[in-house]
Amino acid sequence: MPRTMAEKILQKHTTDEVTGAGQIVSCKVSLVLANDITAPLAIKSFERMGAKEVFDKDKIALVCDHFTPNKDIDSAEQVKVVRDFAKKMGITHYYEGGNVGVEHALLPEIGLVGPYDVVIGADSHTCTYGGLGAFATGMGSTDIAGAMALGKTWFKVPPCIKVEFTGTLPKHVYAKDLILKLIGEIGVSGARYMALEFVGPVVDALSMEGRMTIANMAIEAGGKAGIFPVDAKTLEYTKQAGRNDTELLTPDEGAVYAREVTIDVSDLSPQIACPHLPDNVKPVEDVTDITIDQAVIGSCTNGRIEDLREAAAILKGKKANKNVRLIVLPATPAIWKQALKEGLIETFMEADAVVGPATCGPCLGGHMGILAGGERAVATTNRNFKGRMGSLESEVYLASPAVAAASAITGHLTHPKDI
Amino acid sequence: MYKGKVHKVGAHIDTDAIIPARFLVSTDTEVLGKSLMEGLEAGWVSRVSKGDIMVADENFGCGSSREHAPLAILGAGIPVVLAKNFARIFYRNGFNMGLILLELGDDIDKIDDGDELEIDAKAGVIKNLTKGIEIKTAPVPPFMQEILNQGGLVPYVKNRLASA
Repeated sequence: MPRTMAEKILQKHTTDEVTGAGQIVSCKVSLVLANDITAPLAIKSFERMGAKEVFDKDKIALVCDHFTPNKDIDSAEQVKVVRDFAKKMGITHYYEGGNVGVEHALLPEIGLVGPYDVVIGADSHTCTYGGLGAFATGMGSTDIAGAMALGKTWFKVPPCIKVEFTGTLPKHVYAKDLILKLIGEIGVSGARYMALEFVGPVVDALSMEGRMTIANMAIEAGGKAGIFPVDAKTLEYTKQAGRNDTELLTPDEGAVYAREVTIDVSDLSPQIACPHLPDNVKPVEDVTDITIDQAVIGSCTNGRIEDLREAAAILKGKKANKNVRLIVLPATPAIWKQALKEGLIETFMEADAVVGPATCGPCLGGHMGILAGGERAVATTNRNFKGRMGSLESEVYLASPAVAAASAITGHLTHPKDI
Repeated sequence: MYKGKVHKVGAHIDTDAIIPARFLVSTDTEVLGKSLMEGLEAGWVSRVSKGDIMVADENFGCGSSREHAPLAILGAGIPVVLAKNFARIFYRNGFNMGLILLELGDDIDKIDDGDELEIDAKAGVIKNLTKGIEIKTAPVPPFMQEILNQGGLVPYVKNRLASA
């Protein structure tokens, strides 16, 4: 029977015969993830379940990235709960302080996730690892607690949407623009309960970072997972991260899809998701009259080295507009060091940016860049829900790092070609 | 059987609307309940009485995986949410927490803000007492029913660990 990538990966982790969409299967998990917001609840559930030990101390990652460096006493207490649990259980992969990075940038970098893995995380953007050819999905804390105890969980095999990008990417158009365009086309519930599978020449040409940017936002279309084929580029990346993945993975010819979407990217402009949903997408040309008070470059969507390079190329030798607070948050310590080595940090500082630690920070309105009433931000993050970055009366516009950088210079939403 | 007054909200109500990030420094159900829907409208929860029912349009609970969202709803005293349909992670979390979720599709339009409902969740029958009509929904999937029958995911896993 021809299979989708989702079906092929799930089959590797279950003794059940995967027969198609809608079936419920019990799968062994490769890695279980939680962060400083979701781990405390998971630990509470884990204890209430009567569990005494975790199924495998090497297969759980606890990453304290949302409110850290701790923004207040309550968040410090939460992290303490996570830290104490990690110590008590002997969990190998606990990250905080100078080791911590934004979880979905950190785990691929250190080889904890990779092709054909089944990864579940108490964070909705766990789907990022689909960029590496994993079946990775977000769940709540109690599901995570169950998996920490049992090493397995259940899935409904998802129907899949095949997404094919064709044509050639124009200058100044990036992975972020592709995913925003797709979400604009299918809507925030267009892939509800489904997996998105990405194929085609444009996808093949994308970097691993670009693929992760796209997979990261599968959830913004309601998707359960966003999966890319495993090709030579994937294997090269995971080898660099210290893994030994060798098998290629593509969907079978004739696999059954619930829907197929084809997007020709040759004439695509940089895309902007306007308030207050990620599917309210417009080409940047249509919204250049929107002035901004803050530009945020970072997050698990676009805080990787490639993103910082794109932003720095625009900002080089220029200053942020005096009315704009430019905030740059490299997503992991390794990215920070690389950016320092390449002179990108200096470029940002010369442009009057605030360069902060690796943290989720303002992406979820946590800290380090909260918006006041009536303020607008352009951000490389993944959500623009009402009040997401602060006041209910504020607005967030989602864009690529290049657009965020260009807009920081002019003070209004700007096509990078106009800089 | 549940009986209560309807508080109707719109489409694509996200988890940031249900419980904004700034309240996620607690895992206490009662504490979270006090801030329910604070991301939709300040003070929204003040009009809710224990046993009231929330009714939403499509894609309720989209966004974050935060289990604080169903906990906040339960903490405010709301035992059931009806929606046109639910976002995936929220749906799973709801059952895990013991919050009853029923998908009504287009029948959701037969319920208005302030209506009195009587809900038989097991049979999937909703009586709109204000309008004098009855709405039937699809039964809860068997696997979810099994988790509900055992009292949520915590006792479900506890039982499995005990029998291992």
